[in-house]
Amino acid sequence: MNPPVATPFFFYLLAATMIVGGILVITRKNAVHSAMALITTLLAQAGIYLMLYAPFVAGVQIILYAGGIMVLFLFVIMLINMERSVKERQFNKQWLVGIVAAAALGGLFIAVYTTTTKGKMLFPEGRMSFGEDQNTQAIASLLFDRHAGQYMFAFEIASLLLLVAIIGAVVMAKKRI
Amino acid sequence: MHDLILYIQSYLDSDRTPGGAGNLFWATVYILLVFAGLSVAVIAMNWLERKILAHMQVRLGPMRVGPHGLLQPIADAIKLLLKEDIIPAEADAIVFWVAPFIVVLAAFTVFVVVPFGPTHAITDMNIGILFMLGVSSLSVLGIVTAGWASNSHYPLIGALRSSAQMVSYEVAMGLAVVSVILMTSLNEQSTGTLSMIGIVQAQLSQGEWFVFKFFPLGLIGFFIFAVAMVAETNRAPFDLPEAESELTAGFHTEYSGFRWSLFFLAEYSAMIAVSSIAVTLWLGGWLRPFPNWLNGSTWELVFALFPGVTFLLLGVMCFYNTARMPKHPLFRIQTIGLAGFGAVLALIGLILFIPEVRVRVVDIYWFSAKVAAFMYMYIWYRGTFPRYRFDQLMKVGWKILLPMGLVLLIATAVLAMRTEVWVGIVVPLWQWFVGILHSLVSSL
Repeated sequence: MNPPVATPFFFYLLAATMIVGGILVITRKNAVHSAMALITTLLAQAGIYLMLYAPFVAGVQIILYAGGIMVLFLFVIMLINMERSVKERQFNKQWLVGIVAAAALGGLFIAVYTTTTKGKMLFPEGRMSFGEDQNTQAIASLLFDRHAGQYMFAFEIASLLLLVAIIGAVVMAKKRI
Repeated sequence: MHDLILYIQSYLDSDRTPGGAGNLFWATVYILLVFAGLSVAVIAMNWLERKILAHMQVRLGPMRVGPHGLLQPIADAIKLLLKEDIIPAEADAIVFWVAPFIVVLAAFTVFVVVPFGPTHAITDMNIGILFMLGVSSLSVLGIVTAGWASNSHYPLIGALRSSAQMVSYEVAMGLAVVSVILMTSLNEQSTGTLSMIGIVQAQLSQGEWFVFKFFPLGLIGFFIFAVAMVAETNRAPFDLPEAESELTAGFHTEYSGFRWSLFFLAEYSAMIAVSSIAVTLWLGGWLRPFPNWLNGSTWELVFALFPGVTFLLLGVMCFYNTARMPKHPLFRIQTIGLAGFGAVLALIGLILFIPEVRVRVVDIYWFSAKVAAFMYMYIWYRGTFPRYRFDQLMKVGWKILLPMGLVLLIATAVLAMRTEVWVGIVVPLWQWFVGILHSLVSSL
């Protein structure tokens, strides 16, 4: 039998990478450095998904975020003249709102973790027992299965939203279509 | 010690990949073997590309270093390692330093799931093809950051072109891949698979390579992928990011020495990686050609002898050229060297005839032979097609390959539908239609 890969060591390693990456994203003055820190964070997140026995989600994370969206980010950032923004002093005029929002989010996390409804924690005690090699099929049946599928409508609405965004971008970018 | 030997031996009886069996020792051995094999392949490819391209253009190509320039790649490697490694003064040093490593990591990591045989892969992931596409799409990050960090115009333009190009062609590539994944679901349970080994086994159980599936749909998918993969690896005729006549060397203009050689290594291993995706998805992976037409034990034996015969032929070619070497004393060492090389190749060929070796190697041989055909095509394209202009490139990607891919995907989905589903959709629709007609007629 294989020893489990999901040891606490890897979790702390990936979590530390994510936190350091996240801090670097907001502290670097150079936007390209920020983007690269964000890529590191996203890849570490893909590692966390793998530890949760969700290889499909991890693969999609790598393809969409690290490979697709971040390339477009870099594409845009490269066209900006960086020299001015690097010399400028960093400022944040919304720190009060930021602190309130962060505190609210932290409080929400703690509340979710500690509340019990009808004697049961909101968090399940064990993980869902999909086999690692059935993850893709499990997601497909959650989305599309006629009986077990419960997220079909949400999924289709989300894709409609993306379509609207694409059309909106084209309409705004092109004066004459 | 005894336990260790038992641990090492325990894998030999299993019929799984080292990663699947969870055997660390054999996984390490496989990783080292794949790495060594790739390095040799890149070296060989370097020499072959120069030689074949030269012969296509009626030149001789490298002839000076070693017999027929055989030692040229090694001389080049030594030259590159000894060269000064320059970081431009105004460059972003950290990003400049990291970029080549991103490209190399992305190019080599994908080989974790490449199936050289039913058990000859480092591991088999159930998201195999997604993993390959995802990790190989990370290499564009390295290219973009390399171009930006150089802080120079040509590299920046190269990087811009490369990111636009890769993002565009990934879409068409993905659509072609999805059509294959639909084809894998044509079995009793109608569950498809994303695993690389699973995809080849689906072709084995359906008795048909996916190029010929739903003719001509499989062929169209293969064509889309074959075009998109050339664009993904920045090779001629889609080599705009490094177009030497316009951008000096594109995104790696400012790189020299060891770091430049990393880009070189990554480019060639990425070419091998995408070719092995194409071979796995459409050309039956490790399966030998004509399994239905030429079957029976005699043909099995004939096809199993191919690896040995190939190496023997290469050895014979070396001996033939040894005989043709100039008889001048200055060429004596080269003649002896070529004869020795031929002898080594022939010896490998003879070893491959031993039945125990033969059965273990024949899968790897067929896989490598198919990939090698793709590598030849890469050189052939470079010798044949002129480079696309950037607007033409975008037009091919978005206006030709993408619509083709969409139509292909829908057509494959319709053909791959199970009969129950057909009945479940068509019959209610028909009843609904008849009902409307009926009410219309009765209201008249």
